[in-house]
Amino acid sequence: MTPETSAAAQPRRQRAAQDPLWLRVLLTAMALAIVGLLIFVPILHVFVHAFSEGPFRYVEHLFGDSANRDAILTTLSVAPRAVVLNLIFGVSTAWLIARFRFPGRTLLLTMVDLPFAISPVVVGLALVLLYGNQGLVGPQLNSAGITVLFNTPALVLATTFVTLPFIVRELIPLMESVGPDEELAALSLGASGWQMFWLVTLPSLRLGLLYGIILCSARAIGEFGAVYVVSGRIAGRGQTIPLRVEQLFQQYQSPADFALASILTAIALASLFARRLLESASGPRKIPSATTSGDSA
Amino acid sequence: MSSRVPLPGFALSLGYTLTFMSLIVFLPLAAIAWKTADLSWEQFVQTVSHPRALAAMRLTFSTALIAAAINIVLGLIVAWVLVRYEFPFKRWVDALIDLPFALPTAVAGLVYASLYMKDGWIGRFIVPMGIEIAYTPAAIVMVLVFTGFPFVVRAVQPVLEEMDTDLEEASAILGATRWQTFWMVLWPNLRPAVVTGFALALARGLGEYGSVIFVSSNLPGKTEVAPTLIVARIEENKFAEATALALVLLLSSFALLGLINIWEKWSRRHDA
Repeated sequence: MTPETSAAAQPRRQRAAQDPLWLRVLLTAMALAIVGLLIFVPILHVFVHAFSEGPFRYVEHLFGDSANRDAILTTLSVAPRAVVLNLIFGVSTAWLIARFRFPGRTLLLTMVDLPFAISPVVVGLALVLLYGNQGLVGPQLNSAGITVLFNTPALVLATTFVTLPFIVRELIPLMESVGPDEELAALSLGASGWQMFWLVTLPSLRLGLLYGIILCSARAIGEFGAVYVVSGRIAGRGQTIPLRVEQLFQQYQSPADFALASILTAIALASLFARRLLESASGPRKIPSATTSGDSA
Repeated sequence: MSSRVPLPGFALSLGYTLTFMSLIVFLPLAAIAWKTADLSWEQFVQTVSHPRALAAMRLTFSTALIAAAINIVLGLIVAWVLVRYEFPFKRWVDALIDLPFALPTAVAGLVYASLYMKDGWIGRFIVPMGIEIAYTPAAIVMVLVFTGFPFVVRAVQPVLEEMDTDLEEASAILGATRWQTFWMVLWPNLRPAVVTGFALALARGLGEYGSVIFVSSNLPGKTEVAPTLIVARIEENKFAEATALALVLLLSSFALLGLINIWEKWSRRHDA
């Protein structure tokens, strides 16, 4: 990671800013203990408990129970919708912020981060106050035959709110570092706005889009607080995987619970791994994507 | 990149972004404002000064503050070791740092709940020593340390990487100890990043719900945090009370973040 520590070119300079051996050993041991106890041991614990009764029971715990199957299907239908919604929003907002200067731009940038500062539980409450039976628009929607709350739409809305900043936050710095030169060149050569967008803008963003989608998906799948409030938690209806994990916890179904949790953990690990892979394929982030975008096919 | 650049799509993207944000973010928040307007001042004061509400707020703020403070220490050590030293499996350790961001909070809660029970992997060593963590406020702190852990590390790491070692050398040559160099040379440069990481971890901790309900016994007045109380009120259909509590939680976390921001700007100006 750090080329300067491996360089033998400056031995004396190195020594002046170098920590004594005992301190290096002590701090490294502390760091490994911190990461080990805080992160590594919990991951190991999930998988050991998930497989404690063997692989057959593991599969049975996962898919034998209809509530588990429903939870998996619900998550598979909710998370991708939230990610697609935030993807379109992310591209639109990044284009706006990175390419134009207008009054209220800084305010918009702050607003984009707003979901980070709001407790997921408060997001859930806001949706109940809006779409509930005694809510702001809930009664009207109900009489029109549309049920938002305790239904898939509410889960999608809650998940979208909570994961809103992820993709746009990846795209803004990337788009700013790429700059508008190629887009202007495309336009001056006679490309239409949409041609420029599909052939120049989007390809230059592909790494950021991938990072953003990975990050947003991981969070969308794992969202708990906001979804907990709006789901109503009626078994088999509007229950996502994390909610099912909590229900099994209440029922002391430990091996089944850890089996379900192991899927979520595997997804989280896979998302970290995919991100690393993308990063090492593209070198250190942001700066190279700006310089290599010129020869992107 | 001025507005004179004839790039297309300004009206379209502005329209789309504002419509989307209104539907997803502003409309629900407006519902909170609408419900707040329904609330009389006496009702509001009565709700938030209720002993159960006060206890929940106190627990929320104290556990989030302690966890964020612990994360400063842990984050500095880990960031320092990752940037300055070489050791086996360093890339793997570095990759694991982000796990708390990617791991669903329900999984974190589930694991932390069983690790510290008396037959758990860690509990079986520390419970005989008299350290009871499961279902206590200490368990809430532990799980908040986990969920907020990457913030300080990831804020400090890039600053450390870009920091010139010349200053440290100068300081060492002039006879400063390593400790003096840290406090007088490194710390002033690291502080803004540390404050940012601290604030983000704190904001995250104040609103955390998913992991906390697993590790805490959620007893009203004792181990119940504010988000748990809000959910309890929603389940009782006491929306006005839930809204009053949500408003206090929202405003206090905004105020806290604002104060940290102002303090940071002020101290930077005074250092310059």
